Amino acid sequence: MDTENISLLEGREKQVYEKKQGGAEVEIACDTKSLSGSVSQRACVFCGSRVVLYPVADAIHIVHGPIGCAAYTWDIRGAVSSGPELHRLSFSTDLQEMDVIYGGEKKLYHSLIELIDQYQPNAAFIYSTCIVGLIGDDIDAVCKKVEKEKGIPVLPVHSEGFKGTKKDGYKAACSALMTLIGTGSTEGISKYSINILGEFNLAGEAWIIREYYERMGIEVVATMTGDGRIDAIRRSHGASLNVVQCSGSMTSLAKDMEEKYGIPFIRVSYFGFEDMSKSLYDVAQLFPDRPEIMEKAKEIVHDEIRRYYPEMQKFKAALTGRKAAIYVGGAFKTFSLIKALRTIGMSVVLAGSQTGNKDDYSRLKEMCDEGTVIVDDSNPVELSKFILEKEADLLIGGVKERPIAFKLGVGFCDHNHERKIPLAGFVGMYNFAKEVYESVMSPVWQFAPRKGGLV
Amino acid sequence: MLLRHTTKEVKEREGLTINPAKTCQPIGAMYAALGIHGCLPHSHGSQGCCSYHRSTLTRHYKEPVMAGTSSFTEGASVFGGQANLLQAIETIFSVYDPDIIAVHSTCLSETIGDDLQQITKKASDDGKIPEGKFVIYASTPSFIGSHITGYANMVAGMAEQFTVSTGEKKDQVNIVAGWMEPSDMREIKRVAKDLGVKIVLFPDTSDVLDAPQTGKHEFYPKGGVTIDELKSTGDSKCTLALGSISAEPGAIALDKKCKVPFETLDMPIGLSATDRFIMSLSKAGGVSVPAEITAERGRLVDVMADMEQYLYGKKVALFGDPDHLVPLTEFLLDLNMKPVHIVSGTPGMKFDKRMKEILERAPYANFKNGLNADMFLLHQWIKNEPVDLLIGNTYGKYIARDEDIPFVRYGFPILDRVGHSYFPSVGYTGGLRLVEKILNALLDRQDRDALEEKFELVM
Repeated sequence: MDTENISLLEGREKQVYEKKQGGAEVEIACDTKSLSGSVSQRACVFCGSRVVLYPVADAIHIVHGPIGCAAYTWDIRGAVSSGPELHRLSFSTDLQEMDVIYGGEKKLYHSLIELIDQYQPNAAFIYSTCIVGLIGDDIDAVCKKVEKEKGIPVLPVHSEGFKGTKKDGYKAACSALMTLIGTGSTEGISKYSINILGEFNLAGEAWIIREYYERMGIEVVATMTGDGRIDAIRRSHGASLNVVQCSGSMTSLAKDMEEKYGIPFIRVSYFGFEDMSKSLYDVAQLFPDRPEIMEKAKEIVHDEIRRYYPEMQKFKAALTGRKAAIYVGGAFKTFSLIKALRTIGMSVVLAGSQTGNKDDYSRLKEMCDEGTVIVDDSNPVELSKFILEKEADLLIGGVKERPIAFKLGVGFCDHNHERKIPLAGFVGMYNFAKEVYESVMSPVWQFAPRKGGLV
Repeated sequence: MLLRHTTKEVKEREGLTINPAKTCQPIGAMYAALGIHGCLPHSHGSQGCCSYHRSTLTRHYKEPVMAGTSSFTEGASVFGGQANLLQAIETIFSVYDPDIIAVHSTCLSETIGDDLQQITKKASDDGKIPEGKFVIYASTPSFIGSHITGYANMVAGMAEQFTVSTGEKKDQVNIVAGWMEPSDMREIKRVAKDLGVKIVLFPDTSDVLDAPQTGKHEFYPKGGVTIDELKSTGDSKCTLALGSISAEPGAIALDKKCKVPFETLDMPIGLSATDRFIMSLSKAGGVSVPAEITAERGRLVDVMADMEQYLYGKKVALFGDPDHLVPLTEFLLDLNMKPVHIVSGTPGMKFDKRMKEILERAPYANFKNGLNADMFLLHQWIKNEPVDLLIGNTYGKYIARDEDIPFVRYGFPILDRVGHSYFPSVGYTGGLRLVEKILNALLDRQDRDALEEKFELVM
């Protein structure tokens, strides 16, 4: 079947929009369930919870369910830890048919006791999977019991796969974190302090960001959840500000913390010079009584851009006029990517996300150039079609999109869990430009027929 | 030391699995279904299952993997997933236009009691399956068996639901492929061709998951067993099932439905298992073994003899899937090596029995399969009795690094190297490749560790 000549999925017309002059102003439908039978690139509630909590490195993460959910999420996210690495192991209750009939509470209890004795973690997260939601195991009760016996926080994560989308999984993860927050001492925390939220330390990105803020004279109380530690999370309510990236996953936590502890939050992005600089300035601005912070922020921005900008010019020269397609998890990331791509001379011809909301898409529409296609919850057929139609030279996406790009003969950049080099921060923008350059300009495309043989 | 917590002392565990040596049924069903031409696998469950399986297969093959999902909601989980599946069948045929949809269930749909047979029948009765198109199904709850069981169930589904016996026998032999790589399936077809035996191989993922770069995203790549070929298996002379766990259920189904007699063989990995396969296939096809195949065998034996001194007595730990482990263990014994620890998360009496037969030659070996047979246990065993070589899928790399053991990647999934989908490990040529890989790992280690005065040019 030829993916170029396929019509849009029936019922998907409202989730695809092309920006045209004089075109009708349609609202992109989003926040909807995927159509049954669609080859969707989306995942489930469990997946959402698992990715958010995964980087907490000194806790055990036990998946309560049949083996698959634990097997597929075993060490697949390059969320780096500077110390303990319990998060990289795979623990499962491996529920069997008999457990489904008689319940898995006992198995969960024993598994937890065995695990805690063996690994001496600082906390335990228990993820419930689809099946647990159906058989009605009372995991809250088991958690309470074990918590009492072992004296560490044992936190249920209600992440039954079918109970919504990945976003609901983020929420479940946030509410588990919320029960931890506020249980530690805030003694000695500076007035000039922040938490970094929604930064997962892929390829060590949180370290880069943390270092910028620390150079500004700001104390970072906790990063959630990159290179995460239970003790830091427990005392994170002592910070003066929450700085939230990847808004999709962590805004609900920031809102809860604002309500309960009166901690204000700002939304930032660390991708690209423009947004990275802004996220330092925005934080500095909120500490006006100490002007050195702003001075330092300016100095960092100045130094870092001076360091990387000239080096990037050769990439820009080669990439100018090239076209990119973006299909990522959260829409917020798309905004930064559009700006970052413009910095290196590239335009965006397709922009989409798995889980964007109404506000995200109206902002996207504003940002995009004429002719740009915007999609919500897309599928491989649609993506292939638009990549070829719009003659993109690059696709930015995740694991399932990579081979599609390569089969079509266009470059690819992983902006998801499988990035191998940090793409955040000023150095990250340089890395990003380099990676895009490498892929788009690779000699392999000379040998690869594009568009079925047409070069 | 990522696995620094692993203790030497092996204790009974109550249910807990640490670092599994298996995964769940549906991914196996999805992989098998991709071996039918023009087939879209369909996952009847939550969206996450489908996404995870596609991602894992994509990481292993570096290829696009297409599959649909019923996208269960809370409502579907209360009222049943029938409406979702009916809707999915309609959507898939009208939009993605496959020749066939291969539906597999999940723990979720099984537990709420969805009956795939009844739902697909209803789809057919309601006219949702276009003329000349098909929907097949397999029940693959994740709380039973493993990915291997799921593969076997889908293969049995193909045999049960497709084949017809016209009463007129065809001069062809069915080969049911156990879980093997596209490269292996390609090799089986090559060997049969060289032997001059007409075969129908199913499933067949060659030219599906090792597709060339063409500048197009082929939703249905050119490979895969065709529906006509599948149908014709009911008229074949006989069936050879390559693997008692992952292939035999398909052969049994064929025998039950169309009275096609079958023989179950170990997967042809290594010398002895390939010998038996070649013998059975030549017998089934009524042909003699051509000189070229005999020469291939000779080359393998030649290398085994040439390098015997480097293989002798080397202790090996291996883990993975039943139909790989059985012939691989036998091959290691033929190479004069010592398989000392063997682990598989896949349960099964047949596996247990066959392994024990092979291990009569290695009474010292530790072997465990099924519940709690995981990478943690394997690591504990290795701590108690160290080995010279580790063979298994990518998840072995933690143990290999922590214990500093030479490591040969073999099995599913391999997430960090390429080659498995392109170079076969079945047949004599596959055996040659395995020996090469094993020797490279061992000799590289010897070179690395050799004192300067003992660092040898000629080995």
